[in-house]
Amino acid sequence: MRKAATAHELPDTGQVRAQAASRPTSRPDMMTRLRPYLYLTPAMICFILFFFYPIGSIIYLSFQDWSLINLEAMEWVGLQNYTELVADQEFQQVLTNTLVFTFATVGISLAISFLLALWLNKKAKMYGIIQATVFSPHIISFVSVSMLWMWLMDPQFGLLNAVLEAVGLPGYTWLTDPSSALLSLILVNVWKGVGYNTLIFIAGLQSIPGDIYEAAALDRSPWWRTLTRITIPMLSPTMFFLFIINMISSSHAFDTIAIMTQGGPINSSNMLVYYIYEQGMDYYNGGFAAAASVILLLIVGVLTALYFLFMSKRVHYR
Amino acid sequence: MARVVLQQITKTFQNQKVVKGLNLVIPDGSFTVLVGPSGCGKSTTLRMIAGLETATDGEIFIGSQSVNALPPGKRDVAMVFQNYALYPTMNVYDNIAYGLRNRGTSKKDCDVLVKEIAEIVGLADFLKRKPSQLSGGQRQRVALARAMVKKPKVFLMDEPLSNLDAKLRNQMRVELTSLHKQLGSTFIYVTHDQVEAMTMGDQIVVMSDGNIMQVAAPMDLYQEPENLFVAQFIGSPPMNIVPAEGRSDQLWGFRPEKAVLLPASVSPVSAEEMWTAKGQIVSREILGSDTLFHVETEKGRVIVKTETEEIGQYGSNVTVTVAKPHVYIFDRVSGKKVGRLAERGQVSALAGGVN
Repeated sequence: MRKAATAHELPDTGQVRAQAASRPTSRPDMMTRLRPYLYLTPAMICFILFFFYPIGSIIYLSFQDWSLINLEAMEWVGLQNYTELVADQEFQQVLTNTLVFTFATVGISLAISFLLALWLNKKAKMYGIIQATVFSPHIISFVSVSMLWMWLMDPQFGLLNAVLEAVGLPGYTWLTDPSSALLSLILVNVWKGVGYNTLIFIAGLQSIPGDIYEAAALDRSPWWRTLTRITIPMLSPTMFFLFIINMISSSHAFDTIAIMTQGGPINSSNMLVYYIYEQGMDYYNGGFAAAASVILLLIVGVLTALYFLFMSKRVHYR
Repeated sequence: MARVVLQQITKTFQNQKVVKGLNLVIPDGSFTVLVGPSGCGKSTTLRMIAGLETATDGEIFIGSQSVNALPPGKRDVAMVFQNYALYPTMNVYDNIAYGLRNRGTSKKDCDVLVKEIAEIVGLADFLKRKPSQLSGGQRQRVALARAMVKKPKVFLMDEPLSNLDAKLRNQMRVELTSLHKQLGSTFIYVTHDQVEAMTMGDQIVVMSDGNIMQVAAPMDLYQEPENLFVAQFIGSPPMNIVPAEGRSDQLWGFRPEKAVLLPASVSPVSAEEMWTAKGQIVSREILGSDTLFHVETEKGRVIVKTETEEIGQYGSNVTVTVAKPHVYIFDRVSGKKVGRLAERGQVSALAGGVN
C-alpha cells in the first residue's frame, strides 16, 4: 500500500515545478503576488487619508468660491482665485515677505550655527554647558519665545532698547515700525533655530574621523583649506538636510507672527501661512485661502526640487 | 633621509604615564619596527615623532634638529595610518597631490610627480576614482603614494596592514620591504604582529608598558632575548618557561623547536648534557610542515615543535629533552636573562642544582 507523503518526504523539486507550470493561475501564485500589496494596504490607507486626500481637497477647494460659514454655497470659479491672488498687491507683498523671511532666516541661522558648531566641537566641560545653553531655546514653545521677545523688544521697557540707550544709541520701535517688524521676526526665529542647527552640525562634525585632520596636518594644510576642502565637503549631507528642513519650517512661520505682529504694521510682516489663516478664518474667504495654500505648496516644492537638482551633486555621502 | 633620536621621551595622559622616558636611536635609512602588545605605547611614540601628540617630557630629534616645537607639517615626515585616513571627498589624484599643493609645488610639477608615483604604486588607472570606489589594497597604495610623493626624511607607519586580509598582507609586506630598499629612507613601523616585525624590520624595538624591553636585529632578538618578556613575546609558539632546578630565584626557558621528543622507553644518549622531563602528550597541532605537541610534564606544561607528526599520539608517554646550550636562565624577580645553562659562567650558579 502506498504511504501518503509526509512533510519529511518532499517530492522531487523538478516534478513540483512542472506541476506548477502546468497550472495556468494557481491560488498560491496569486497570493504570492498580492501579499506585498496586502502588507502595504494599512499604511497606504493612512497615507491616502491623511496626505493625498487633504492635498487633493485643498486643490479642489482652491477652484471654488466658498466660505467657512456657508459651505453649501460653494461655487466653481476655475482659476479666478489664482488670478485675483496674483494681481493682489497685498498678496504680492506677503509672498515677498515670505521669501525674504525664509532665505534670511535659513541663511543667517545656518551660518551662525555652523560657526558655533566649529567653536563648540571640543571636549572640555565648558563647551558642553554652552552647547546646552545654545540649545535651550529649541525646547521652549514659540508662544513663550514670542512673549519673551515682545518684552525684550518693548520700546519703553524692553531690555534691547535699554542696552542701546546705555551705550548711547537711540531706542528702536522693533515690532511697530514697518521697516523693522520683519527683521525682528527674523531675529526671533534665528534665535530659536540656532540651537537645534548647531547640535546637528556638531553631530556632523564629530562623525568626521579625526585621523583625516591629522593627515591634513601632516600635509601642511592651512586651516582655511582644511575647512573648505575637508570639513565643509564632509559636512555637506548635514548642511543639505538642515537647509531643506529649515526652509520648510521657515516658510511655514505662523506662531511668532500671530503673537508678535499679526502681520503688521501695514502688512509689513505678514507671511503666507498667516495670510491663509486670515483669509480663511477672519475674512471667511475659503477659496482665496485654499489657492494661497496651493501656491505655498508649490513654492516649497519647487524650491526643494531646485535645491535637490543643483546642490545634491555637491553633497558627498560617505 | 635622517636618523631619529628620542631622548628621555615621556607621555602622560590624565596622570597616567603611557611612555616612560624612552631613549632610542633610529639609524638613518633603517627599517625600524616598534612592536609590542596593545597599550604598550608604540603608537603614542610614533605619533609623538609625527607631531600629532606632544611629548610631556624629553626631546625628539629628526636629523640634527630638535622637532619638539615644530608642527607635524614642518617635520618633513609622512605617515600611513591604520585606516589610511584618505580624504573621502577627493579623488585619488587630489589625495596624492594635496600635500604637494600645500607646499607650493606648481600645478605642472604636481601633475608630473603624482603621475610618476601613481605609476610606481600601480594606481595610474584609478586617479579619477574616489577612495570609496577602491578596494582595501588600492586604498593602502593611495596612502603609500600620498606619503611617498612628498619625499619625506622619515616614513611613519601605524599598523598599515592590519585592515588587509592575510594574503594581501603578505604581499604588501614584501612590497613595503622592497620599497624601503628602493627609497633608502628611514622607515618607522608600528605593529603588534611579531611576524610583521621579524620579516620586515632590520631593527626591532620591543615595547611593554611604556618601556623599551630590547632593541636588536630580528635574529638577535630571537636568539638572545634579554628578558622573559621578549623571550615570550617573540617567537610563535613562545618560549617554554619552566622552574629552574634547584634555584627558586631563577626560571629556565627553551624554544619549542629546540626540544626533542623521545618515547618514554628510550633514554637520552647524553642525559647529563640535557635538560629532561618525563610527561604525556595532551594535545597535538598539525601545522603542515611542523607539528606542535603540548606535553604535560613533571616540570610543567611545555610545547615541542617537531618536523614529524609520527612521534607521538594523544596520551603517549614521552621524554622531552633539550640540549643545555639551548636552555636560557632568567632571573625570576627582574625577568632579566642571566645566561645559558651550558655556558661556563653559569656552572657555579648551577652548582648543586643540575645533575
